[in-house]
Amino acid sequence: MIPELGHFMLSLALSVACVQAVVPLIGAIRGHSNWIALATPTARIQFFLLLAAFIILTHAFLTNDFSVAYVAQNSNTALPLAYRLSAVWGAHEGSLLLWVLILSGWTYAVTIFDEGLPPRFSALVISVLGAVSIGFLSFMLFTSNPFNRLIPAVADGGDLNPLLQDPGLIIHPPILYLGYVGSSVAFAFAIAALIQGRITAQAARWIRPWAIATWIFLTLGIALGSWWAYYELGWGGWWFWDPVENASFMPWLLGTALIHSLAVTEKRGAFKNWTVLLALATFALSLLGTFLVRSGVLTSVHAFATDPGRGIFILALLGTVIGGSLILYAWRGPSTFAGGNYEPISREVFLLLNSSLLAVATATVLLGTLYPLALEALGLGKISVGPPYFNVVFSAVMLPLIAILGIGQFSRWKSDSPQRLVQRLAYPFSAAVAATAIMMIMLGGQKVIAAGVGIGFAMWVIATTLFGIRERCHGRRHPWFIIFNLPRAFVGQCIAHIGFACTIIGVVVTSFYSIDEHQRLAPGDSAEIGGYEFLFVGLRTYTGPNYQSTEGNFELRRDGRFITTLKPEKRLYHVRNMPMTEAGIAPGFTRDLYVSLGEPLEGNAWSVRMHFKPFVRWIWLGALLMACGGFIAMFDTRLRSPKAVRTVAIIKASNVDP
Amino acid sequence: MTPKRKKRLVTAALILTGGTVAAALILTAFEKNLMYFYSPSAVIAGEAPTGRKFRVGGLVVNGSVKRIPRSLTVEFTISDTVHEVTVEYEGILPDLFREGQGIVAHGKSRSDGIFEASEVLAKHDENYMPPEVASALAAAKSNTTPERSQ
Repeated sequence: MIPELGHFMLSLALSVACVQAVVPLIGAIRGHSNWIALATPTARIQFFLLLAAFIILTHAFLTNDFSVAYVAQNSNTALPLAYRLSAVWGAHEGSLLLWVLILSGWTYAVTIFDEGLPPRFSALVISVLGAVSIGFLSFMLFTSNPFNRLIPAVADGGDLNPLLQDPGLIIHPPILYLGYVGSSVAFAFAIAALIQGRITAQAARWIRPWAIATWIFLTLGIALGSWWAYYELGWGGWWFWDPVENASFMPWLLGTALIHSLAVTEKRGAFKNWTVLLALATFALSLLGTFLVRSGVLTSVHAFATDPGRGIFILALLGTVIGGSLILYAWRGPSTFAGGNYEPISREVFLLLNSSLLAVATATVLLGTLYPLALEALGLGKISVGPPYFNVVFSAVMLPLIAILGIGQFSRWKSDSPQRLVQRLAYPFSAAVAATAIMMIMLGGQKVIAAGVGIGFAMWVIATTLFGIRERCHGRRHPWFIIFNLPRAFVGQCIAHIGFACTIIGVVVTSFYSIDEHQRLAPGDSAEIGGYEFLFVGLRTYTGPNYQSTEGNFELRRDGRFITTLKPEKRLYHVRNMPMTEAGIAPGFTRDLYVSLGEPLEGNAWSVRMHFKPFVRWIWLGALLMACGGFIAMFDTRLRSPKAVRTVAIIKASNVDP
Repeated sequence: MTPKRKKRLVTAALILTGGTVAAALILTAFEKNLMYFYSPSAVIAGEAPTGRKFRVGGLVVNGSVKRIPRSLTVEFTISDTVHEVTVEYEGILPDLFREGQGIVAHGKSRSDGIFEASEVLAKHDENYMPPEVASALAAAKSNTTPERSQ
């Protein structure tokens, strides 16, 4: 009975979404204020209906209600409680429910924080979000209902995919989804702006924190996914250019371009066209990501069902969104968004260059991801694009981007002179060269020119950022005190850029200096990797809640000094009869040591994989810093509602130095 | 031409050149890194390239997995039910590698006909069959004359 209630909630939510999409839209166009007023309550009701549905599904998992097909396929009485909860979004139907719940959550947030917007505009935004919700709710109800019954019920369920039985995977999907779905707010904003035919500075200011919040979640979600792949897949890789990873990476790249272009639109009134296009494209790529991941086009741990009906439905949805928004853009865009004047050498132009480079990077990833799929769909053969393509092309686009990032941070708005820039940039340039030389010496080992170039570019970002802060504080009476009074947007920008540099350092050093060894080891044997000694002490077996494990015991030493014990495991999950590798990792700020068990060989020996991974943590540390920077920038006083801004302005005016 | 127009023309020309060069570089890198898939039948028929990496996939033949003692080298045979290819791989096989399972290997063909794999993939699920392998099996079944799978 309770699952039917959940189904009913979903149907109700769909009908409410229809009202939310249609009535405020007509109201905003015709100017009926009581029609506009329906936007907020419908959006909120929809949220509570979906929340109820979600709670009902969770309840079915908690009570092991195997008469619900989705629960029967993805849970088991032996599954630990935490994984029973995360199993709610562990497969297709449930993750879709999470998708729409998060969408309505974002919409709810829009209804709370829309004070700064004209009511017509915010009604348009909410109505577009309602339309998106209609698309996904009908997809769920017509092709993938999580509440479908399984008659007769089974005694015990099919268990959650063991790869997903991991703490990192409890939070990875919701966070990534918050990012994917969050891009719908910027999308709705762009559509509303196109319908109205203009973007006011106030509206551009309003959308900035939303775009940044979306970007933060995407950053964290991708970093979590990469971290999970690193320790859970058991072979030490942190990025595979797998289509599923690319699917989340593309909206991130465009989202990065969007927050930068948006800053120009808001501050200088320029690039309105470009900003709108980026907002549309970011959301389109988020949808494409959902399509790629969920439709079964790609076979991976993320693709749950290969039901062609689902794929076609999402493809149609994608076509409607992309086609519709491009037509609207072609129709309304060029005539309405002009403005902004700036010289060829100015911060505007540097930002434009970099957001274009990000778009080019997105295009190269898109080509490598979609081309094999398109060929296969057309029956022209099966190909795959190897990681070398992505590595080469992506670095080629990133290098000019990083160079320009440094220059851009130092340039002035509107117009700047090349002489001034060269003069100013001489210091950070020398500092970056010196820092690179020091780092290369400290890394030791074989010197690789490519590694030096990569580290050099990262140092360039750090140096220009630090000198930029110095320039901001220069000539003030209390320079160190001023640092704490810098605008938050600027502080956030600096932290995020330094985070970006950390990620580059992590990627470059790990790629060039890692050691990866496969060896045959019997108990008592030891191996030396990167100056560390791995001693294989022995094995033991134990029984977990839903698996049987063989656990290795490795002692790690350096120069004869004991460091730690590593316990890699080989697990066999009962229900799906699926083996899993759990790596043993000794994490560190400047290096990770990693060991995982391969297979038992003749005698008592095992094939063992051992890695020395210098600076690998910096990849995720950098992502964390980027997210922190975004978080700080989001709360810049200038981006608050107009009321708050006005008070701040008054306070500032009364405190002005003579 | 007015100065403004001239500036625009120069900008447009610059963007066009930059775009062309970038596109050319990207497509070259792309072409270099494409890897085609061949079924064992196609490999036996000599359709697969020599000296270039490609992918081959099929079912691991029961009883064909041999380990070279005191090393990590493994030799096994994969089949599309009509023809077989012997694969040699040095390293750790994926968790889901087992006899009877569909797998895909990346690597090069040696002159002695053995496929030297640099990577062996067996994905995610015990019931899962790589789509390439599935269609190679279907092609082999429907067609007794060896043909490259589509």
